Amino acid sequence: MSYQSPTFRHPGLPVNDLGYTKADYEGAISTLCAGCGHDSISGAIVRACHELSLEPHRIAKLSGIGCSSKTPTYFLGKSHGFNSVHGRMPSVVTGAAMANRDLLYLGVSGDGDTASIGMGQFAHAVRRNLNMVYIVMNNGCYGLTKGQDSATADEGSASKKGDPNPFSAIDLPGLALQLGATFVARSFSGDKGQLVPLIKAAISHRGFALIDVVSPCVTFNNNTESTKSYDFVRDHAQATGTVDFVPMREEITTHYVAGKTHEVTMHDGSVLHLEKVSENLDPFDRLSAMVTLEQHRAKGHILTGLIYMDKDSRDLHDVLETSRRPLNALQEPDLCPGNKVLANINASLR
Amino acid sequence: MNPTDIKNPEYFHKVVDCQYACPAHTPVPEYIRLIAAGRYDDAYMVNWESNVFPGILGRTCDRPCEPACRRGRVGNGEEPVAICRLKRVAADNKSDISARLPVVPEQKNGKRIALIGAGPASLTVARDLMPLGYNIDIYDNQFAGGGMMRSQIPSFRLPITVLDEEVGYILDMGVVTHFDTEVSSLASIVEKDYDAIFVGTGAPRGKGLELPGLEEAGKSVHIGIDWLASVAFEHTEQIGKRVLVLGGGNTAMDCCRTSRRLGGEDVRVVVRSPFADMKASPWEKEDAMHEGIPILDNHVPKEFVVEDGKLQGMLFEKVKAEYDANGKRSLVPTGEDLVFMPADDVLMAIGQDNAFPWVERDLGVEFDKWDMPIVDKTTFQSTNPKVFFGGDAAFGPENVITAVAHGHQAAVSIDLFCRAEPVSKRPPPFTNLVTQKMGIHEWSYDNAVEVDKRFMVPMAPLEESLRNRKLEVELGFDPATGYREAERCFNCDVQTVFEEARCIECDACVDICPTDCITFTENAEEPVLRQQLSAPANNPTQDLYVSADLPTRRVMVKDEDVCLHCGLCAERCPTAAWDMQKFLYNVAKAGQ
Ligand SMILES: Cc1cc2nc3c(=O)[nH]c(=O)nc-3n(C[C@H](O)[C@H](O)[C@H](O)COP(=O)(O)OP(=O)(O)OC[C@H]3O[C@@H](n4cnc5c(N)ncnc54)[C@H](O)[C@@H]3O)c2cc1C
Ligand SMILES: Cc1ncc(C[n+]2csc(CCOP(=O)(O)OP(=O)(O)O)c2C)c(N)n1
Ligand code: SF4
Ligand code: SF4
Ligand code: SF4
Ligand code: SF4
Ligand SMILES: [Mg+2]
Repeated sequence: MSYQSPTFRHPGLPVNDLGYTKADYEGAISTLCAGCGHDSISGAIVRACHELSLEPHRIAKLSGIGCSSKTPTYFLGKSHGFNSVHGRMPSVVTGAAMANRDLLYLGVSGDGDTASIGMGQFAHAVRRNLNMVYIVMNNGCYGLTKGQDSATADEGSASKKGDPNPFSAIDLPGLALQLGATFVARSFSGDKGQLVPLIKAAISHRGFALIDVVSPCVTFNNNTESTKSYDFVRDHAQATGTVDFVPMREEITTHYVAGKTHEVTMHDGSVLHLEKVSENLDPFDRLSAMVTLEQHRAKGHILTGLIYMDKDSRDLHDVLETSRRPLNALQEPDLCPGNKVLANINASLR
Repeated sequence: MNPTDIKNPEYFHKVVDCQYACPAHTPVPEYIRLIAAGRYDDAYMVNWESNVFPGILGRTCDRPCEPACRRGRVGNGEEPVAICRLKRVAADNKSDISARLPVVPEQKNGKRIALIGAGPASLTVARDLMPLGYNIDIYDNQFAGGGMMRSQIPSFRLPITVLDEEVGYILDMGVVTHFDTEVSSLASIVEKDYDAIFVGTGAPRGKGLELPGLEEAGKSVHIGIDWLASVAFEHTEQIGKRVLVLGGGNTAMDCCRTSRRLGGEDVRVVVRSPFADMKASPWEKEDAMHEGIPILDNHVPKEFVVEDGKLQGMLFEKVKAEYDANGKRSLVPTGEDLVFMPADDVLMAIGQDNAFPWVERDLGVEFDKWDMPIVDKTTFQSTNPKVFFGGDAAFGPENVITAVAHGHQAAVSIDLFCRAEPVSKRPPPFTNLVTQKMGIHEWSYDNAVEVDKRFMVPMAPLEESLRNRKLEVELGFDPATGYREAERCFNCDVQTVFEEARCIECDACVDICPTDCITFTENAEEPVLRQQLSAPANNPTQDLYVSADLPTRRVMVKDEDVCLHCGLCAERCPTAAWDMQKFLYNVAKAGQ
């Protein structure tokens, strides 16, 4: 077993605008099971952050408990990190984001961490439109505690050692739409072509961006009776369309067929192209997104891709009209401007 | 691209860069692992089987393996593994291996072979044929075997004891030696009715320069290789204080360094070409400069200056190199005045020629327009089916390891010929591919990649070296350093073997691979495919390993270029679609 990755990297690795290679966004060598979908998602995060030329020290990665929640150790080794208590990542992000709005908050969670113990926290982070990326590495089980069914396990699905699940599943994208989420997507750990641009778009989105990533647990839930196995997901996934993300600084080189592409300019100036979107779905209409999602669910399909996005999203800071300067950067004179200012305020209220 | 045929032995052979580049295809990583394990005898024998002269080559090999070594390609200022000097570690630390040498049958097979010249090529033929029961006569005009390894390679690079030992292993098999015997007629050998004759007489004629003043300069001007031989045979014991060595190859380097040891104080190497274009290996140039010998490039010799019958020095024209559109070089005079350099002696080391005045032209051995014998590049047979050529005699001057490689192949041909089989029927290489899996994440090889930079070989103090021409300059790695240098080897023979039927396309191998070798992608023609990988595959000399179609209709493509053979892909693969398998490739020898 290797506990360390060799330090050599491909000498021809591309460098981004900051002069960094992908290697500069990597973390420690993973200790997850070989073939775990979570590792691929880590790989996709590394690629997205590298390609977006994000400064590693401007990113904070936060997680709860679970195999999924361990992954922040395995990517972005030069960024800030916080491993919270089980299911409590959203409240820690809330505090951090309130104190320092200038960091990019990348929350990583599992289906157990989010849909069971952390459900309450999750719901409120969504409805407050906290400015963060929230990635659920969804394997339908509690991987870390040996594969018990989780709340996202589909009814009738069985894990390697388990009986068919008798309960109905929580569909996180559906729930998030209902709770007022402003960016909702689903993807598959085995499809980086789709996942990487979705992560980039989620990073550019202002407000709460959920990506529910189906991520097979090879050890406990990759058997033929499971609906979260590599084979099942490959056979049943249906993409809403293809997603292409062009960062603000880059020129658009691909040719897009007019009328068949939705082009969205993101809050930070980047452009999102949605191509070949299925006719029934308007990804900018919440109702349409909810209906399409349920229709696919009824047919036993797993709808992937960008499901919904609110182009005019206002995040928690906008709503609360907090100071543009991060709270943690305000000094005593800013917070305590003195008697004269107080007197003026009092006078204005008389 | 079509799926890669890994059953073709050459595919994985090529991945073992050092072995593939070695003319004798010595299984380098195999013996490096044995050195790391302290199994010096075994390491020595792996070498001996393949290159016959591990102790000699561990000191003198031209080492084509090293520029090819993968370690030199992985960036970070990495240099190749010191393959050549590791070989020496095995030779220096081995115990008595005589019991492991092949047994020569008492009962001979009745076939008689003549070897003309006792250099490495002929000795290799003897080494391969003696154990098969052949009777072998070897003829050489020197007093002992070894050829140019004895007459040319100076003792400060190759101690005579090392040479004698390894030449002895072969001659002691019962080869009948005819030393101090000049063969002045091939017909006289043909008349003796041998079943086959091997010509391994090397390229013994040193080139000279016909310049004004040459005749007047007389005995102060020497042909480099003749002079080195006369030093080796102790006919020459000193040289003037001021020496000019003309030429930029390895012979020039040996001439100048030998001069420094025989009394030369102001020794200079003067070469026509730019420094970078010189033929000498970089390490030979470094060693010469380390001994206080300047190398003056871009100087074309014009004239020997002689006064009162005594050489005073030489005149040189300064030139600069210009390259045309095709990269062809011409040396253009700069127009400056001729440069005078004083000298007591001049050594001309500007190349060697073959010379076959002793081969009668009516024996069926045909020669081409350059007066070289016509020799088949695979079988080493000449146009007289009984006569074979190898080593420098076959295609011009090369090096010891090439002579050895020729010798092995010529021995195969001679054996086939004597058994009345077609010499074109080459035996296939011996190959073996075995998994290295010991447990879920355990390998039977040390897959961790060390970060050490290449270690330097310690040297004897300069002062002392210059006082004694027989004192070996390089001291060799001690076992501890040898171990650490051995650990730098990536084990490129432990191959990444992919089995598509097992792959579930989880991407784990792609994500873990430190050097981005692996990509799952749509198939395409090679040039397109090379550009659509995780990291562009811009080294066309390295192959792409392409799988058959996978369920998602993509293919797995692995760029072999900078794979570290670290085994992480196989460790991370949940289905063992990747496996690390050791590939052994041995060139078939005579009788196999
Ligand atoms: C100065 C110098 C330094 C070198 N250093 C190196 C080095 O460091 N590493 C390396 O790999 N290579 C080196 N080489 C090259 C290497 O020595 C030769 O390539 C190699 O020895 C060729 O082997 P061979 O068996 O073909 O013939 P040779 O080694 O040349 O042996 C041929 C033998 O045949 C004898 N012979 C020739 N004609 C006759 C005849 N008519 N009758 C009887 N005997 C005859 C010769 O005297 C000689 O003993 C060096 C060469 C020179 C000149
Ligand atoms: C408060 C608390 N309750 C229970 C646990 C035990 N526990 C650890 S991980 C886990 C479930 C993790 O499941 P999920 O979030 O889906 O992560 P996965 O391992 O599947 O990636 C549980 C219940 C805990 N660590 N802390
Ligand atoms: S138990 Fe499952 S989720 Fe956890 S690391 Fe292993 S495969 Fe991944
Ligand atoms: S790393 Fe080792 S096996 Fe690979 S080419 Fe170099 S010496 Fe040969
Ligand atoms: S052995 Fe596998 S993981 Fe290691 S460098 Fe080669 S392909 Fe990559
Ligand atoms: S890790 Fe194994 S199963 Fe996964 S993609 Fe690579 S070869 Fe296929
Ligand atoms: Mg889970």
